Amino acid sequence: MSARGGRANGERPAVRRALIAVALVFVGVVLFVPLTAVFAQAFAHGARAFAAALATPDARAAIRLTLLTALIAVPANAAFGLAAGWAIGKFRFRGRHILITLLDLPFSVSPVIAGLVLVLLLGERGWLGPFLLAHNIRIIFAVPGIVLATMFVTVPFVARVLIPLMEAQGTDEEQAARGLGAGGWQILRRVTLPNIKWGLLYGVILCNARAMGEFGAVSVVSGHIRGLTDTMPLHVEILYNEYNEVGAFAVASLLTVLALVTLAVKLLVERTGAAAPGPR
Amino acid sequence: MSIQVEHVSKSYGAFRALDDVSLAVPTGQLVALLGPSGSGKTTLLRVIAGLEWPDPGSGAIRVDDADVAHRDVADRRVGFVFQHYALFRHMSVFENVAFGLRVRPRRWRLREAEIRERVRRLLALVQLEALGGRYPSELSGGQRQRIALARALAIEPKVLLLDEPFGALDAKVRQGLRRWLRRLHDELHVTSVFVTHDQEEALEVADRVVVMNQGRVEQTGAPDEIFHAPATAFVMDFLGNVNLFHGRVENGKARFGPLVVDPVGPGAEGAEARLFVRPHDLKVHEHPNGEPSLRAVVRRVNRAGASVKLELATDAGEPLLAELSHEEFAAAAVTAGQEVYVSPRSARLFLGEDE
Repeated sequence: MSARGGRANGERPAVRRALIAVALVFVGVVLFVPLTAVFAQAFAHGARAFAAALATPDARAAIRLTLLTALIAVPANAAFGLAAGWAIGKFRFRGRHILITLLDLPFSVSPVIAGLVLVLLLGERGWLGPFLLAHNIRIIFAVPGIVLATMFVTVPFVARVLIPLMEAQGTDEEQAARGLGAGGWQILRRVTLPNIKWGLLYGVILCNARAMGEFGAVSVVSGHIRGLTDTMPLHVEILYNEYNEVGAFAVASLLTVLALVTLAVKLLVERTGAAAPGPR
Repeated sequence: MSIQVEHVSKSYGAFRALDDVSLAVPTGQLVALLGPSGSGKTTLLRVIAGLEWPDPGSGAIRVDDADVAHRDVADRRVGFVFQHYALFRHMSVFENVAFGLRVRPRRWRLREAEIRERVRRLLALVQLEALGGRYPSELSGGQRQRIALARALAIEPKVLLLDEPFGALDAKVRQGLRRWLRRLHDELHVTSVFVTHDQEEALEVADRVVVMNQGRVEQTGAPDEIFHAPATAFVMDFLGNVNLFHGRVENGKARFGPLVVDPVGPGAEGAEARLFVRPHDLKVHEHPNGEPSLRAVVRRVNRAGASVKLELATDAGEPLLAELSHEEFAAAAVTAGQEVYVSPRSARLFLGEDE
């Protein structure tokens, strides 16, 4: 703990104030001003124009598609993250480190490349293209492709939070539960899940934010068919390119609100999680 | 409920954690597995519990004459107390103790009122009735240990296994708790095995002590027997401070400089010999009194304690430790820097190479 007044490092107050000022100016210019601009532009022609922009069939389709994508991708990745966290965090096995490294791939690879890989694999002229075509299954330029691309990009979020947490908690409690006669599901439901619930929720929130906001990967596989394969971020781009600034910023402001809500929930989860008597 | 371990081995890759270990724990006894870290004592405990599997084809583990070697820990009905307690951190103390009752298959599950009554009795048994509503993070180490014990007892285990039960506690709490555990055992009579690296703890608490070293059992016996008749040099050395003299068998007698031990059995001529003398078995005189004795210089005197501890050095520079009662110390009238003569009151002789 630093001393009151924060002179732990012995720097002079003037230096401290200068550093804080730099940080504040930077945050203001890079974060706060653009954020405010989004809302200012969205409401530039009044609330009615704003509402009208959101009420167009295309905008509503984009919102629906984004929600649907998140509804599929987030639970799928939560389940996967839980399984990966369990396996990697609680057991030692060959290839464990390779698995951890692979999990980071979506973070290190450009989302555009992720989208391209899907096109290469599943597109009409892709490896599985003829097969899919023969069976009349459309993935690329359709909703399944968008969901797949989103899942790829958001794979690490839940697992990345859970692995260190589950590793730190160890397997003692699970062993104790087993010795007391609990079966596998009972251990998962009564011991493992309650211990990681805050971490899991945290990962899900981050995963959801990214799933709804993803642009690059989705853009490649979507085909930009208005009303069908446009997600909210893609719709923003289309409207903007059409010089429909109120429409673009109205949809953008929705995404922004979503981001702010996510941050608020995240903060709440962190606070509550830290204050809970049990799990840390 | 007795425990029999017969010729069990356990390897981790090339490392043999247990090497053909056999062990019998009679019904109702409290047995200590004593040894340094890496001696296999915890592995043995976990094998008995069913948390680790013995090497395939090696031996049997019987609880109450039924072979349990291939039964999962969940089916063995053993109460296991983990070294760091492994309490469920998100559950109250009450729910921790109730856990084993709540996870029972429905047809054997007690009614809620019965569960509450059973938990209340267990909390009373470990003298923590008032803490049912707390969480593990709000308890002291000693309280956590007792809750872990109550939780293990809730399933009415056939045997109770404790891994370093006092390892994580400070000295004072430790002493109180181990006497309490002994009394509890006398009350419940559940066959129990605990692991410890603390020889004092093992000798004070257990009915029988099993000394382990490098995956093998060195000696099994009552604490008295282990302490006064150690079977091997390792046991002698491990059970407390000891002075070691190196010598050789000549003309049927083991010679350690001026000290001579006789007679040594036949066939040992020329063998290496080691003489172990406990510090309290070393007599210290101001002048030679006719007995074979070693000359030494007093380096340090420590009178803080139930006995007086002397650090000595022989002519050859070998350090010696002597422990005198305050009366003996007063009679011997020695001070630091003084030259004295020491002779063993009793000693144990081991022949053969150092292992």
